[in-house]
Amino acid sequence: MTRYSGLRLLGHALSGHARWPRAWRAPDPKPSYDVVIIGGGGHGLASAYYLAKEHGITNVAVVEKGPIGLGNTGRNTTIVRSNYLFPENNHFYEWSLKLWEGLEQDLNFNVMMSQRGVLNLFHSDSQRAASARRGNSMRLNGIDAELLDREQVKAMVPLLDYDNARFPVFGGLLQRRGGTARHDAVAWGFARAADARGVDIIQHCEVTGIRREGGRVTGVETTRGFIGARKVGIAVAGNTSRVAAMAGLRLPIESHVLQAFVTEGLKPLVDMVVTFGAGHFYISQSDKGGLVFGGGLDGYNSYAQRGSLPTVEHVWAAGVAMMPCLSRLRVLRQWGGVMDMTMDGSPLICRTPVEGLYLNGGWCYGGFKATPGSGWCFAHTIANDAPHRFNAAMTIERFREGRAIDERGAGPYPWAQ
Amino acid sequence: MHLIDCPWCGPRDEAEFAYRGDATVTRPAPDAGIDAFYDYVFTRANPRGWHVEWWHHAAGCRQHVKVVRHTMTHAIAATGRATDILEVPAA
Ligand SMILES: Cc1cc2nc3c(=O)[nH]c(=O)nc-3n(C[C@H](O)[C@H](O)[C@H](O)COP(=O)(O)OP(=O)(O)OC[C@H]3O[C@@H](n4cnc5c(N)ncnc54)[C@H](O)[C@@H]3O)c2cc1C
Ligand SMILES: [Zn+2]
Repeated sequence: MTRYSGLRLLGHALSGHARWPRAWRAPDPKPSYDVVIIGGGGHGLASAYYLAKEHGITNVAVVEKGPIGLGNTGRNTTIVRSNYLFPENNHFYEWSLKLWEGLEQDLNFNVMMSQRGVLNLFHSDSQRAASARRGNSMRLNGIDAELLDREQVKAMVPLLDYDNARFPVFGGLLQRRGGTARHDAVAWGFARAADARGVDIIQHCEVTGIRREGGRVTGVETTRGFIGARKVGIAVAGNTSRVAAMAGLRLPIESHVLQAFVTEGLKPLVDMVVTFGAGHFYISQSDKGGLVFGGGLDGYNSYAQRGSLPTVEHVWAAGVAMMPCLSRLRVLRQWGGVMDMTMDGSPLICRTPVEGLYLNGGWCYGGFKATPGSGWCFAHTIANDAPHRFNAAMTIERFREGRAIDERGAGPYPWAQ
Repeated sequence: MHLIDCPWCGPRDEAEFAYRGDATVTRPAPDAGIDAFYDYVFTRANPRGWHVEWWHHAAGCRQHVKVVRHTMTHAIAATGRATDILEVPAA
């Protein structure tokens, strides 16, 4: 692997950037591998990278039906944070955030990790109490959290509607170490670093079946033929139910559409991630100047990577209620992604009832921040045939055993999670 | 964007409805055991294709409408009352 550096950038500038070597190979699939990962999103690529790096398992293929990183990895609003209430979640996400903090050095790739802070607003006394409780839970688990009053928030984000008649701003819960990262770069960085350690990244190769013998996985059927594997890991986000069904599994997951939006470019307006507490809305500003924002799910089962207009209107209305100056802006781009929503809003990184088959999914609308932690824990689970303590609770069985990890307390209604 | 033909009110905008999920799951008998209840509460077929589902006409007549809708194209093939058995297209 050619190391990237400032000096190298300068050198290639002299030749008009025409001679950069390709960042990863385009190999044909081998007849078999030790591990095949289905899905070349951030999670699949990170899993392959950590299998090679942490466990010395390099005879690995990532099999992706399209080009890598064009699923939810390339469609999200890039918010990275670890501000969860329940220890099962906050230990895991905090470990992921720690990996983010060293990711650029580790991968030798600029993922544009920007710890600009994530601020969750609250608008009533009871919301303040809930925020204080979540902040305390974070601090008890060693995670940074600060409860800000109205004046402190005002000093940071002056453009909010502080005296909104229905939703005045009472304060906010701030995680300074949270922020954003460049979504595409995360996929590319993991792909390049995994490839350098010997992982085959096989694009335009769709998995159409999971072959089993005597209850054990033996490989995957693909559009480029059968690929043998001792172990198979599923990391296909919105398609989790469909791929798991290839191995006869029926999961506590529904696929739902979530939309995102980007405005015209502006001079600096918001320098952190701000979320509304009285409706589903979150916003940040990209380095190009566009405001990147989103809201809640459209709220019906969908595999279409696009949503409906009532949700567009609802999200923008929430945005304007929080930050009235947004009403003057034009939205340039809008799209949707397919969320693998679980029945409790928390993910799955686990073994399955099929021997040699492992599952990574159920990321809902919050899996981008999990990318390094998820890959790291999934690699551990596959390599050891047992979970790490960070993902020990993230099993399929938790639903049957009454151990759901329901942060929102929404119940088994994925469209409400 | 969905236009849902409520059997009581006629074609109405999706914004008037509250989604209530998969209409193919049915509550097991009280003594059916934990696995049957686990499946009922938690697991779903989650098809990419035709899906039979509930839409509550919350901002209209407040009836539950049964809808056959495609999860890839968002096309609606049929709507009916809760007790209606609706035809699901082959593909
Ligand atoms: C609009 C939107 C906003 C979001 N905002 C945030 C946010 O701010 N913060 C956050 O943390 N998370 C956010 N998320 C969630 C986050 O994007 C996802 O949870 C995360 O990117 C999932 O990564 P992944 O690698 O699991 O999935 P993906 O990137 O979707 O990768 C899965 C891959 O599997 C491939 N695949 C599927 N089926 C097959 C098959 N049969 N054979 C081979 N390959 C297959 C797909 O082509 C795809 O490339 C958002 C998501 C969306 C859509
Ligand atoms: Zn009606």
